[in-house]
Amino acid sequence: MFVVCATFLLLIAGGLVTSNDASLAVPDWPTSFGSFRMPRMVGGVLYEHGHRMIAASITVLVFALAVWTWISSRQRYLRILTALAVVGVIAQAVLGGLSVLSANWADPRWRLALASAHGVFGQIMFCLLASVALLTSASWRAEPASMLPAEDAGKLCLWTGLLVCMLLVQLALGAAFRHVWTKWGPAAAERIPANRIVNMFLVPHIVNAILATAVLVVATAMVMKRAGGNRNLRLSAISLHVLLLAQLLLGMGAFLTRVVFHMDVPQPQSALVFTTVAHQTVGALMLLTATVLAIQVRRALPHRATPAVKHAAGVQKAVTA
Amino acid sequence: MKHANGRVMFSRMLALMALMALALLVSCSKNKGTNEESNAAETKATPVDKSQVGTVEGTVNFTGTKPTPKKIDMSQDPVCAKKGENTVETVMGNAQGLQNVFVYVKDGFNGTADAPTTSVTIDQEGCRYHPHVLGVMAGQTIQIKNDDNTTHNIHPTPAADSGNREWNESQGPGAPPLEKSFGRPEVMLPVKCNQHPWMKMYINVAKNPYFAVTDADGKFNIKDLPPGDYTLAAVHESMGEQTQKVHLDPKGAQTVTFTFGGAGSSGGK
Ligand code: HEM
Ligand SMILES: [Cu+2]
Repeated sequence: MFVVCATFLLLIAGGLVTSNDASLAVPDWPTSFGSFRMPRMVGGVLYEHGHRMIAASITVLVFALAVWTWISSRQRYLRILTALAVVGVIAQAVLGGLSVLSANWADPRWRLALASAHGVFGQIMFCLLASVALLTSASWRAEPASMLPAEDAGKLCLWTGLLVCMLLVQLALGAAFRHVWTKWGPAAAERIPANRIVNMFLVPHIVNAILATAVLVVATAMVMKRAGGNRNLRLSAISLHVLLLAQLLLGMGAFLTRVVFHMDVPQPQSALVFTTVAHQTVGALMLLTATVLAIQVRRALPHRATPAVKHAAGVQKAVTA
Repeated sequence: MKHANGRVMFSRMLALMALMALALLVSCSKNKGTNEESNAAETKATPVDKSQVGTVEGTVNFTGTKPTPKKIDMSQDPVCAKKGENTVETVMGNAQGLQNVFVYVKDGFNGTADAPTTSVTIDQEGCRYHPHVLGVMAGQTIQIKNDDNTTHNIHPTPAADSGNREWNESQGPGAPPLEKSFGRPEVMLPVKCNQHPWMKMYINVAKNPYFAVTDADGKFNIKDLPPGDYTLAAVHESMGEQTQKVHLDPKGAQTVTFTFGGAGSSGGK
């Protein structure tokens, strides 16, 4: 009985992630199309409305997911996560709405702050929902093929956690740059000269990219060395490398199209839209994969995996009985 | 028992906190830009003697070759595309004259002048602004019309320290004109439409009624200026501002020439 529920839950969660993924830009769309100069309605009402409609359907899905979880699952952490998701999705909507309204507020800085927060928070929500999917997946409930050595627990937790933090900082800097540039930059309000925006946000973004790359390499190497037969861990670690490579290239592409070639262009060009949205999307995937890796590592540490394993074992027993 | 969770939660919290710290930092670094322009000196009123006023006229020239206007693609909005003008609004004018330069009396006028009761108009037509550069006096009404069969939004973004306020309103087809005004002087205040990203114009808010925008030949004409010594300024949207001293005799007429462009004179304001 519970298995059916759990599978169904998994389906919803999977669907959720997929919808998030397919329209991945969703949480971030206002900002992706910030590359069209401003978050909303740019290039026609199409974008604005599209984004809002997708956001609305996701809100419904998140509510359904939460209700379902609370009915069918007794697991504390799942309940907490889905409750957080509901609160988060509301907060995200409010942030989005406010960033639209703030164009009329006395202090123009609100618009930047809100739009950036909306973009960053959207990706955090994306990771949160994906975590729910992970925690309800079959591979999560199954015993890991091989455990990580307990004596390295501290190191592993630290580095994988650090990677998530670095990527969050990276995201915040990227989002801030993008919003300041598209709203106060040369093509829009002309409030801050282009080179100052670059120095303020993009230079830190690039410096932090180097640091994040280093952390990523260390963290994944550490995991790979000890992963043994744990395919999930290996998969996440390898994906991170592939994504990193793509991301560094796309970052340069975004830099070229946004800063170098786009100074005097009267309207966003398709190359700009492509590179920036792709860079942002791959960035979200990296953050997601890093989060997944951090969770998987904790799962595969012998003395830490208890609650979920116990629970899964209990379910197993209930089913066979 | 709850360890795994606790750990994940903990690192989440850490991450969140890092984020918040960053947000704080960012907002701090931006805090410096705030404005608090006190009411500019209300100098003693010297009423303008209408019988003594004169004229300052002249030309703004551009040396060097004018770039060909950039192409734009209006296909995002079929209504715009139908009208079919596919180059940017930033025109530079005929021959050597430089169009769309805002010329104004920057200093030297200490009289009083009320904002004209007549309004000036911005017309959105063919998904372009007419005019591209507008001069208006502080407090004077600006009437904004939409002659297109599509929705525009009008989104002026004044400088952070100007004392003018940003706003954003949309205007559908057939909607009545908007009536707006700006209270503080500011040159080259950008106005954008976010539906049609190529739409960009500039409003210049003057503190006195002595200003003009150059025509296609680069000509300007400032009338009814009382005699005196003035600083006359000419500002272009991308080539910045130049000033000249001008002396005007009673009932006099002065001719002034500004020259922009050529190698090396680029850069913003
Ligand atoms: C670890 C590597 C990197 C990650 C994870 C990353 C992540 C991101 C993210 C998530 C955004 C979008 C923020 C948002 O609006 O939501 C962004 C924006 C940006 N990043 Fe990166 N980035 C990385 C490396 C780089 C590098 C090496 C460069 C340049 C050489 C770069 C240049 C840019 C630029 C120009 C933008 C703004 C795009 C726009 O204007 O729309 N990034 N980055
Ligand atoms: Cu428009």
